[in-house]
Amino acid sequence: MSAQSLNTPLVLTRRRPRLAELAFNFAIRACVFFALGFLLALLAFVVYKGWSRLDSRLWEGMPTARKSRIDTAGVQSAILGTLWVVLTTAAIALPLGISAAIYLEEYADNRRWYNRILELNIQNLAGVPSIVFGILGLGIIARAFGLGFSVITAAITLALLVLPTVIIASREAIRAVPSSIRHASLALGASKWQTVWRQVLPAAVPGIATGSILAVSRAIGEAAPLLMLGAVTLVLFNPDGFDSVYTTLPIQIFNLIKAPFDGFQELASAAIVLLLAILLAMNALAIFIRNRYAKKW
Amino acid sequence: MKADGSSTVGPLTSVAAELYAEEQPKVKVSVGTSGTGGGFEKFCNGEIDIADASRPIKDTEKAACDAKGIKYAELEVANDALSVVVNKNNDFVDCLTTEQLKKIWDKDSPVDNWNDVDSSFPDKKLSLFGPGTDSGTFDYFTKEINGEEKRSTTNYTPSEDDNLLVQGVSADEGALGYFGFTYFEENTDKLKALKIDSGNGCVAPSVETAQDGTYAPLSRPLYVYVSDKALEREETIDFVEFYIDNIDDVVNEAKYVPLTDAQKTELSKQYEAVKAKA
Repeated sequence: MSAQSLNTPLVLTRRRPRLAELAFNFAIRACVFFALGFLLALLAFVVYKGWSRLDSRLWEGMPTARKSRIDTAGVQSAILGTLWVVLTTAAIALPLGISAAIYLEEYADNRRWYNRILELNIQNLAGVPSIVFGILGLGIIARAFGLGFSVITAAITLALLVLPTVIIASREAIRAVPSSIRHASLALGASKWQTVWRQVLPAAVPGIATGSILAVSRAIGEAAPLLMLGAVTLVLFNPDGFDSVYTTLPIQIFNLIKAPFDGFQELASAAIVLLLAILLAMNALAIFIRNRYAKKW
Repeated sequence: MKADGSSTVGPLTSVAAELYAEEQPKVKVSVGTSGTGGGFEKFCNGEIDIADASRPIKDTEKAACDAKGIKYAELEVANDALSVVVNKNNDFVDCLTTEQLKKIWDKDSPVDNWNDVDSSFPDKKLSLFGPGTDSGTFDYFTKEINGEEKRSTTNYTPSEDDNLLVQGVSADEGALGYFGFTYFEENTDKLKALKIDSGNGCVAPSVETAQDGTYAPLSRPLYVYVSDKALEREETIDFVEFYIDNIDDVVNEAKYVPLTDAQKTELSKQYEAVKAKA
């Protein structure tokens, strides 16, 4: 520290916390605690309520409508139904969304009116309520295309629902790759395609993966559009194909909560904990991939 | 084999499907609960085999079925007594007339105090709880009490989840609500069911009064509709037959009001007629 700064009049450097600053500091801390406290209270409540049912019965048992069988019941068909629907959703939405992002970032000419319309459309789609996708799925995919109330109908609808999120996240990731990388690749004689495939995409993978996982976890928690698409209350068998009848965890939880008998609410709470655990695991995976593979330029 | 429809009848068909699956694990029965109206829409579109209904099919729905050439049979599988309930600690009311109920629940009803219902009741705020407007229970109650389907006050707390209604009424000493008998029976420690007087004295909801029809006008039959096309398949015939043969077990497991002997005879007759046609 130089002598100059020591000699500077104290009045200029003194930082006496002012009331407004203190109040602001307190307010933002209160916001964080409120959000966290609320989440913790909810978590504690469902774990407490579902504690007695948090064991292997949850995934080994099939659902029931009978009071006499609730002690051995579980949500196996809903767990497998969720897996079928979500994996199919990912298989549809990820290739489509990532390809669209590559086109928009690397190939599309922003001065063309159709590209601008495309972009506007994607932004808008991201804001459409999910129930609207459900109505679309019912009218077009289930009925007009004749796919019925099946795993594939649900997967296509959910894929449309998460597509804007995948595209937007992938575009961000691709945009974050410095253009010097592209220029260097092109300058060394690589074609446009080689540059995208061998340089840009590998560098963007962490961002794309993170965004995709978050998009897919949104699909897992969706119930509203699936209610329109005939995800049913009681399925005593696991899905065995794309045309199969199915149910998912959110739907099953919704129905369990409505049941008149004791014991069903506890099972619902246990299923909620399971659903939260799956979502938490997926988000943790997203963070892990981001930290592990992120490149520093 | 797919069934869908009323969330009131859904548990019955679900129990039947479960019991059936224990005997015939290869046949896959699924049960949805998208509401009586939603069920008929799919049924008349040929998308499901069995429609669960808490009211008979409407003319508009019949027309939709006709348009698609779907013929069906109506089977009465159980009884229900719509229960009008108050808080357990409510000691000033035991019985309401249908007129009083109408006064409370009618469109644009100004009643918001027990005092307004009857001057002998104390000055206590009246808060109402009932099913949402998509429910068959709502349709049935409004038709029987207010004289017109869906004619109702909007000044009440609606929920599709009957457990929320139970909670609402049990937490508020001035509350009044209505829902299916099962939900009252499972919560008799928190709720008190009112007797209903439709001109022939006060009658409490119970298995007996629902069966003999004296709990009027709020006792109602519950239906299952089976399409003729579905009955062409051996497995559907088998399931429906199982459902009918074991109707007592099914109703008991689901905690509904069972059919009387006369109704059971009628059910068998209806079913024989359907089978002869198919």
